[in-house]
Amino acid sequence: MTEKLTGAQVLIRSLEQAQAEVVFGIPGGAILPAYDPLMDSSKLRHILVRHEQAAGHAASGYAWASGRVGVCMATSGPGATNLVTPLADAHMDSIPVVAITGQVPSPAIGTDAFQEADIRGITFPITKHNYLVTDPHEIPRAVAEAFYIASTGRPGPVLVDISKDALQAETTWWWPTEIKLRGYRPHRSASDQAVADAVELILSAKKPVLYVGGGIIKASATNELLEMANLTGIPVVTTLMARGAVPDSHPSHLGMPGMHGTVAAVGALQQSDLLIALGARFDDRVTGKLSTFAPNAKVIHLDIDPAEIGKNRAADVALVGDAKQTISRLNAEFSKQLKNGRTIDQAAWWQSLNRLRDTYPLGYDDPHDGSLSPQYVIQRLGELAGPDAIYTAGVGQHQMWAAQFIKYERPNTWLNSGGLGTMGYAVPAAMGAKVAKPNNPVWAIDGDGCFQMTNQELATCTINEIPIKVAVINNNSLGMVRQWQTLFYNERYSQTDLHSHSFPDFVKLAEAYGAYGLRCDSAEQVDGTIEKAMAMDDAPVVIDFMVHQDAMVWPMVAAGTSNSDIKVARDMAPVWDRED
Amino acid sequence: MLVEDKPGVLARVAGLFARRGFNVESLAVGPTEIPEVSRMTIVVNLEDQPLAQVIQQLDKLIDVIAIEELSVQAGIERELILVKIQVKERDRTALKQSINPNICRVVDESDSMLTIEAAATPFEIKQLLSRLSEFGVAELVQSGVVAIGRGPAALNEKLRTGAEN
Repeated sequence: MTEKLTGAQVLIRSLEQAQAEVVFGIPGGAILPAYDPLMDSSKLRHILVRHEQAAGHAASGYAWASGRVGVCMATSGPGATNLVTPLADAHMDSIPVVAITGQVPSPAIGTDAFQEADIRGITFPITKHNYLVTDPHEIPRAVAEAFYIASTGRPGPVLVDISKDALQAETTWWWPTEIKLRGYRPHRSASDQAVADAVELILSAKKPVLYVGGGIIKASATNELLEMANLTGIPVVTTLMARGAVPDSHPSHLGMPGMHGTVAAVGALQQSDLLIALGARFDDRVTGKLSTFAPNAKVIHLDIDPAEIGKNRAADVALVGDAKQTISRLNAEFSKQLKNGRTIDQAAWWQSLNRLRDTYPLGYDDPHDGSLSPQYVIQRLGELAGPDAIYTAGVGQHQMWAAQFIKYERPNTWLNSGGLGTMGYAVPAAMGAKVAKPNNPVWAIDGDGCFQMTNQELATCTINEIPIKVAVINNNSLGMVRQWQTLFYNERYSQTDLHSHSFPDFVKLAEAYGAYGLRCDSAEQVDGTIEKAMAMDDAPVVIDFMVHQDAMVWPMVAAGTSNSDIKVARDMAPVWDRED
Repeated sequence: MLVEDKPGVLARVAGLFARRGFNVESLAVGPTEIPEVSRMTIVVNLEDQPLAQVIQQLDKLIDVIAIEELSVQAGIERELILVKIQVKERDRTALKQSINPNICRVVDESDSMLTIEAAATPFEIKQLLSRLSEFGVAELVQSGVVAIGRGPAALNEKLRTGAEN
């Protein structure tokens, strides 16, 4: 006789079958039936968070650090709407996340029932796909498809909304042996002709640049990329989403491009005659004013998502396909051409780039009043915690400094909210990353503004023995907004003073949550404080770094202006061309 | 465009157009020769966006199965209208004589009103409406354009090849 199960039991078994191991979530009325069999599951570890937003970001952090699909769970209505921000975040940054939400019983759908929200409708534009399931028999199919869609092609979040009656009803167990989605074709491959055309463009370029985006990390194509960089000698820039895709120590690496990129990286793109865009999407934070971006460059654009080709910048050669496989093919074709006697000479190009790199290195001035420099804190943290640590960040100045001053040597060690720019990402993402990689130190580099958006998860970390480390770069204000007010609003600091040098007391706050709390307000204490935190592994640690308020992120391309107008400091533009 | 006949598909498509700033001139949805597959005919106004980008974004929707671009030359287009004309007795015959019987017929008639049905190309419909406006249009309902490719090829062939991938 076929085994009778409830929809809820089928859901839990489906999650197990999809090889989920960890679920971040909070129960509530509509999802309650699922939490009963969840209690008996030996394969699923559920981590009870304190806010659904954190469940979503933790699932993202888990996914990014582990390469698996992250799972979060919430109830209907407000539980589900609290997932909107992390789903939008995961959608923008192409992170594979599956969200399971309870929905009111199907007869009540559409009646404005208690805790009813049309979460499927709400999340249409911020998920890769989503489902509303009201038939318990359909639960396994929806879960199987959700995991498949989330993790294939260009990854992204998928939401499965299940009505409470479907969770309660009896059904029989089944599991789809194959996924049939006739409208979904994630496996694409660039033509041989396109690969040959791309290599021809590379061989004839005088000023090529490898413009590397987050897609390279998602496709696990970093070894192939490294081979390409070594084989061709072409300079490499890694975007905010791609930090660590090639080691920062690699001689061809020029740093991060974009609004707060290095002069060498920004200059290389601007002066290039060939952009080799690999898993990158010509985001406005990279291009600056689009019409003036890399005006003399032809474009080779490799992406798994055909809709990215030509979206912002026309491509001369489009390579739609998996980055790992496609870069291997490019390397093979390039090697073949070298054997045929073709050469690539970039001596002059490198000479000009090396001048930029040597003349305009990343740097900062120490505050005149002797107070603590935020850049120094982050730089020392990177040097002491090293390339084996995983770093997460919130959004703002601290995020940019963490992208600039920490040296990343491996992929998937830098987790941040790149596309959506979600303040509050760091702590829950660090929690997810630490669950995925319990043996790696995980540092959340957070701002005092960001930290106050999600620090309630310290409770989750303490209780569940997830010893993350949080470096609060506390500049008493919403620092990046303040920087814009300094530069563009006549130093009128409207609503950016958070008073967080006074309230709350982050050390006491940490202690209240069962974490260690440390404070540091001078350069002499920085190393000792970080080392002390590194030695504390039985509970989360929070360091309140009381830093100078007026430090600014440089270089900077002001929003809406050309990359060529980058400033290395206030009113200081680099000299691009020097006639030697 | 062939789409899965599932709840919410129209909302996904309409939402995509709204969110990406693509302008829709008309949209018609209906069943097809294949069970569980619907067909949408969408007329887009391409002032700012290249068509390839619109198609690629639509193709990313999981429920969109196949898309075909039909230019005016490559497709056969039809629109349907039902229009009520307020007509004086002395104009009635003139009106009936002025409409092209190949595309129009009178489907309802009362003392003061004549209801005309027409199915034709968008160009013919536009011409017809301009002629009818001389008599006084009391009420007009107009469908979106439906279109089908010329020649032996069928859009559902894409569905079959797509399913094999």
